[in-house]
Amino acid sequence: MISLFTLILIPLLTAAGVALRPARYARSTALIGSLVALLATVVVMWTFPWGEAGFPLRESAQWLPSLGGNSDAFDSGRAVEAVGGVRLSVGVDSVALMLVALTSLLGPICVLASYTAINDRVKTYYAWLMVLQGAMTGVFCSRDIILFYICFEFTLIPMWILIHLYGSTNRKRAATKFFLYTFTGSIITLAGLVYVAWTRVRTGGYWSFDMDEMQRVAQAMSAREQAWVLFALLAGFAVKVPLFPFHTWLPLAHTEAPTAGSVILAGVLLKLGTYGIFRFAIPFCPVAAAQYAPLIAVLSIIGIVYAGLICWVQTDVKKLVAYSSVAHLGFCILGMFSFNVAGLTGSVLYMINHGLSTGALFLLIGMVYERYHTRSMKELGGLAAKMPVWATFMVFFTMASVGLPGLNGFVSEFLCLLGAFQADTFQEPNPGAAGFGLGPWYAFVAGTGMIIAAIYLLYMVGNVVWGKLVEPHGHDSGGHGAHASGAHGAHSSLPTDLSPREIGILIPLAVGCIALGVYPKPLTDALRGPVTQEATWVMDAHRHATRTAAAARDPERSEAPEAAP
Amino acid sequence: MISLLAHSPPQTMFDKVGDLWPEIALFISTCLVMVVGLSPNYKTRARCSLISALGLGLAGGLAIYATPVGHGLLPNLMPYAKAVVAGVGLLLLLLAEGTVDRQEEHLIATGRSVFNPLRTNRAEFYAFFLFSLTGVMLCASADDLIWLFLALELTSLPTYIMVTISQTGKNAARSQEAGVKYFFLGALGAATFLYGFALLYGGTGTTNLHQMQHFFSEQGFHGIAQAGLLIALIGVGFKIAAVPMHLYTPDVYEGAAAPVAAFLAFTPKTAGFLAIILLCSTVGWGYSDNPGHYLPDPVRLMLWVMAALTMTVGNVLAILQNSVKRILAYSSIAHSGYMLVGVIAGPGDGRSISGNGLGAVLFYLLCYGVMNMGCFAVLACLERRSAAGGHDHQPHEIETVDDLRGLCKTHPALGWTMVLCSLSLMGFPPLLGFLGKLPLFTSIISAGDITLVIVLGLNSAIAAYYYLRLAWASYLQEPAPGVPAAHATPYFSRPLVATVCAIGVVLLVLAGDSLFRTSNDAARLPGSAAPLTAAPIQAP
Repeated sequence: MISLFTLILIPLLTAAGVALRPARYARSTALIGSLVALLATVVVMWTFPWGEAGFPLRESAQWLPSLGGNSDAFDSGRAVEAVGGVRLSVGVDSVALMLVALTSLLGPICVLASYTAINDRVKTYYAWLMVLQGAMTGVFCSRDIILFYICFEFTLIPMWILIHLYGSTNRKRAATKFFLYTFTGSIITLAGLVYVAWTRVRTGGYWSFDMDEMQRVAQAMSAREQAWVLFALLAGFAVKVPLFPFHTWLPLAHTEAPTAGSVILAGVLLKLGTYGIFRFAIPFCPVAAAQYAPLIAVLSIIGIVYAGLICWVQTDVKKLVAYSSVAHLGFCILGMFSFNVAGLTGSVLYMINHGLSTGALFLLIGMVYERYHTRSMKELGGLAAKMPVWATFMVFFTMASVGLPGLNGFVSEFLCLLGAFQADTFQEPNPGAAGFGLGPWYAFVAGTGMIIAAIYLLYMVGNVVWGKLVEPHGHDSGGHGAHASGAHGAHSSLPTDLSPREIGILIPLAVGCIALGVYPKPLTDALRGPVTQEATWVMDAHRHATRTAAAARDPERSEAPEAAP
Repeated sequence: MISLLAHSPPQTMFDKVGDLWPEIALFISTCLVMVVGLSPNYKTRARCSLISALGLGLAGGLAIYATPVGHGLLPNLMPYAKAVVAGVGLLLLLLAEGTVDRQEEHLIATGRSVFNPLRTNRAEFYAFFLFSLTGVMLCASADDLIWLFLALELTSLPTYIMVTISQTGKNAARSQEAGVKYFFLGALGAATFLYGFALLYGGTGTTNLHQMQHFFSEQGFHGIAQAGLLIALIGVGFKIAAVPMHLYTPDVYEGAAAPVAAFLAFTPKTAGFLAIILLCSTVGWGYSDNPGHYLPDPVRLMLWVMAALTMTVGNVLAILQNSVKRILAYSSIAHSGYMLVGVIAGPGDGRSISGNGLGAVLFYLLCYGVMNMGCFAVLACLERRSAAGGHDHQPHEIETVDDLRGLCKTHPALGWTMVLCSLSLMGFPPLLGFLGKLPLFTSIISAGDITLVIVLGLNSAIAAYYYLRLAWASYLQEPAPGVPAAHATPYFSRPLVATVCAIGVVLLVLAGDSLFRTSNDAARLPGSAAPLTAAPIQAP
C-alpha cells in the first residue's frame, strides 16, 4: 500500500531533484519523476475500494496541536491525540482519487509537451511544474483545511512563474491578474473556513480544522450563517472555476500561458474550484446551497451562453478554447447545483472529461504554435492538407469537446442537463431525483449552450483544419516552412506533421476520451457512493430546515410533512 | 472578568530588581562598550560588537532562566518578551556591523586620519543600540506609568541618534535629515502619550497600573481617565507607526542606513506594542458577554479605526513606491495594523493561541522581526559605487526595486532571502508569516468581529501586489542592462543574518507548535488560565 503522502512528495522531491541536478538532466528527471508519480497513483487506484462513501483511505499526523484546545492539556500525554488543532491529515474518496489520477496523468504529458517548447531556464520550468503537480495533488488529498489552504495557495506561485517567465507577449499582466484574482478570492475563502472552525469553538470548546468535524459543525449552523459561509467559500472557488462574472482573468491567463501551463490550468487548476465547491461549499452549507441554487445556476447558465457567444467571435484559437472552458465549467456547476445523483455524477465526470479533451485541445494548439508562431485563425487554414495526423486529432478532440455521442463530453454534458431538468421538485421518498427551483427551463437554456458550442467549435475546425491552405507569412507554402526558416532554428527538430513524441502524448488522452464515452459505467458506479451522500446531505439539511421553519410558523402542526419549497 | 483579576500589592525594591537581571546585564555591557569603544587600539575597540553580543546573549539567558513569573498585569509576559528582544537584538547587532565606523576605520587604516576619541561614533552607536533594547525590556517589566514612560523614551531617544549617525561622509546629509524629522515627530508622540498619562493620573489618582486596574474595575472607566487612555494610545501609536502617527516612517527608514532601519522596524514597535498591551490591560477585555474579547467601547472603537486605517494606508501607499526601503516602511505600517487587530481581539480565555489575540501579537512580533530583518539584511549586504570610481567615492546602498533585479543569479543567497522573506511578509503559506497571521485571524474571529476579518483579509490581498514585486524582481527578472552590478559589503556577518532569517522563515514553521504555546502562555491574564478538559475527538 502506498501512502497518500507519497503521492504528494514524489513530485516535490522530483522538483528538488530537477533543481539540484545540472540543467541537461532537467527534462529526464522531471519525466521520470512524473512517471513514478503516475505509477504510484495507479497502484493506489488498484487497491482502492471504489464507490464507497466517506473516505476509505486516510492518514493523519500531528502538526500544530497547540492551535487546538487548551495548551495545558498537551503536557498530560494522552490528551495530545484527543484535541484538534492543525493536523497533516490526508484522505481520498472516489471523486478525489479520480482528480488525483487526472493530475498524475497530465503530469508526464505536460513534461513531454514542453520538450521542444521550453529551451530557456529549463531547470526553473520543470522544477516549478513538479511543485505545481505536488500542490495540486495535495489539494485533492487534504482532509485538514489549513493543509488544504496551504496547497491551494501554493498552486499560485508555480503557475504565476510559469506564465510570467514562459508565456507569450502579454504574459506579465496575465500572470499578475491571475495571481491577484485568485489570491484575493482565496483569502475570503479562508475567512469563511476559519469562521466555521470558530463555530466549532463556540459549540465544543476547542479549535479543530479537521474537515469532518467542520462539516458536522457547519451543517448545524443557521441558514443565515450558512449563506455567509457559502458566499465566502464561493468567493475563492468561483474565481477559480471561473463562474461568470469572475471569469475575466481566465482568457488572458490561458492565452498567455505556455502550452503545458494552459493544459494544467484547464485540466486541473480550474477543477480546484469545482472540487472546492463539491467538497466544501455544498456539504458545509447545504441549506444555503439549496436556497441559492437558482442564483448559482443562473450565473452558470449566463456563463455558458455568454462565453459561448464570445467564442463565436474569437479569431485567436487559444482564446476560443479558453472561453469554451468558461462555458464548459458552467455545465459542471449547473449539474452540481442540481443536487441529484444525475447532476452530481455528470458534474464530477465533467471535471475529468474537460481535463482530457480541453487539455488535448491546448496541446494541439501548442503544437501548431510551435510550428507557425501564430494562433490567429486569419493566418491559419486548411492545415489538414499539410498535417493530416494533427488534423485527425484536432477533429477528434473537438468532437469530444462539442459533446458528440460516443465520446466523453456527451455523457457528462447530458447528465448535467438531465440533473438540472429533474431538479424542479422536491420528491420526498427519492432523494436521488430532486432539486431546488431548477427545472426544464434551466436545462433548456443551458442546452442552447451546447448548440452554440457546436457552432463555434465546428467553425474553428472548419477554418483551421479544412478549406484552403493558409499559412502565416514567412512560411513558403511549398512544404517545409518550419525547416527552411532560419528564424525558427530552435524548432528545426520538428517535422511538418506531428512527431512520434507528440502523437504519444495525445494517444492516452484520446483513449481516455473514447473509453469514458463508450463505457462510463465503472466511473458512474465508483461515484455513486460519494455523490449519493452529497445529495443526501442537501436533502436532509433542507428537510430539517423546512421542518424547523414550519415549526416556527405553526407550532401545532410541526409534525406535518413539509411541502415542496 | 475584571473582578477575577487580583489586586496585587506593590512590590518591594528588591523584588523589583529581581525582575531586571536581563536589563542589568545589558546595562553593564553598555557601560563596557562605551569605554572600550574609545580605545586607540583598533583590536580593542573592535571588540565593541563582541561585548554587545555577549551582553545580549547573557540577557537572553537570564530572561529565560532567571526572570520570575506570576506577578504583573500579564504574569508570564516578561520572559518571553525579553527573550525575543534579546534574540532578535542579537541578529540586529550582527547586521549593524560596520554601519558607523566603516569609513572612519578605512581612513585610519589608509593613514589619512588618526584615531580621535572625540570624533568617533562607534562607542555611542553600540551603547545606544543596547540602551534602546534595554528600554524595550523595561517596557515588558513596567508596572507604573512613570516607569512605562521612561522605558518608552529609553527605547526611542537612542534611536534618534542612531538614525542621525547611521550614514557617514557624503551620505550623512540624508540620515541627518531623517534624524531631525524623526526626533521632532517623536517628541510630539512622546508629548502626546505623556499628556495621556497625566490625564490618567488625574482621573485615577495613581500611576501604578495595578491600582489603576483596581480603580477601573471598582469605579468604572469614564471621564478624564478615559480621555487619558485614548490619548496615551494615540501617542504610543507613534512607536508602532500607526495611523495617524505614521507619517515619519517612510522618510526616516529611507534616510537611515539599512541596518538601522531594520532596528527601527523592530525595536520601537515591540516597545510600543508592549505598552499598548499593558495600557489596555488596565481596563481589560471583559466588557460585554464575550469573555476576554471586548475592550470598553471608546477604546475598542478607536483601536478599530486605527487598525483598519493603518493596514489600508500602509498597504495602499506601499503599492505606489519604488524604493525598497519605502516599500518596507509602508509594509511596517501595515503590519502594525495587523497586530493591532490582535490587541482588539484580546486575550480570550487563554486556552489556546487561536483565541488569544495578545499571544498572536507577541508571536507575530517575533515573526515580523525575523522576516522583516531578512529583507533589510539583503539591502544592508548590497552596495554600489558610483560610476565615477576613484578612491574617495563612497559606496551607497541600493535603492529601487530595479536594483534587486536578477539577485537570485548574482547573489543567490541574498536573492533567495529576499524571495522567501517577502513571500513570508505577504503571509504566503506555509512560510512563517502565514503561521503568524493564522492566530491573528482566528483570534479576531473568536472576538466576533467579522468586519475586521474582512478588512484584514482584503489587506493581505492588496499587500500581495508589492511583495510579489520584490520577489519577482529578485527571482525572475534579469539584471537591468547598463546598470553596474551591486557588490556585496565586506562584512561576513550581514549575509549571515540574511541567511539565518531565510532559514528561520522556513524552519521556525516546524517549531510553530511550541512557539504558539509559549506565546500563548506569555499573554495569559492572571486568572484566565483555567484549564479546559479536552473533549475527545471522534475516531474517524
